[in-house]
Amino acid sequence: MAPDAAERIAIESDGDVVTARQRARTLAVELEMPSTDQTLLATAISEIARNITTYANGGRGEVLIDIIRDGRGRQGVRVVARDDGPGIDDLEQALTDGYTTGGGLGLGLPGARRLVDEFDIQTGPGEGTVVTLIKWAQRG
Amino acid sequence: MAVPILKQGPFLIASIQSALTDTDVLQLRDDVMTQVTRHRSRGIIVDVTSLDVMDSFVSRSLRGIAMMTRLRGAETVIVGIQPEVAFAMVQLGMSFEDVQTALDLEEGLALLQAGELGA
Repeated sequence: MAPDAAERIAIESDGDVVTARQRARTLAVELEMPSTDQTLLATAISEIARNITTYANGGRGEVLIDIIRDGRGRQGVRVVARDDGPGIDDLEQALTDGYTTGGGLGLGLPGARRLVDEFDIQTGPGEGTVVTLIKWAQRG
Repeated sequence: MAVPILKQGPFLIASIQSALTDTDVLQLRDDVMTQVTRHRSRGIIVDVTSLDVMDSFVSRSLRGIAMMTRLRGAETVIVGIQPEVAFAMVQLGMSFEDVQTALDLEEGLALLQAGELGA
């Protein structure tokens, strides 16, 4: 899993959300990921990066994007979105469709989870939030 | 980047040219409402052909535009949702059940014109 140097995109405004998903798509294209999967990945990133602008302290955080390789030589795009915002009190609720504290539809986290192959979230009250997504290219 | 809105007879056509930030989407909503009032438009087409991502915020905002314009007596049709985008929207859990959609601009105009005749 030796990662290439991750690309870091500071998320400070809604324009950065667009930048993050475009960069990830560029890596997905490099891996010749099918176009549908590129779109699923880009949409998932949009959801988790928006959570930073909506919920984190002052709406700041960062997204790290890199290409990873698993034991079988399969490659994929990994996206880590992290912020040092207030964290999530009730993770189970936050991962439930339709639950929101931000005035949205409550599809962000549960929706993003459905769009990618691997999804992990580390959070707690006062601890910030780190969301990791992986979308494998269908190879290897 | 602001979305250009063209007037075509009783209809407005908002043609999205590039990726939208959340700010752009809210601007589009305000611009559509202003133009509908100014031109007394009966229908609006929002062309999303160039969008490669429609996340929950964009989807919710477009649906909001459709609901708001309907309250002003104008129907909105969303046209040009790309196949991959449609797939992602369904996976995400977004539905456009109460919003009219059409394959492309031509079909969208036909839908609005049929609505005018039927009215």
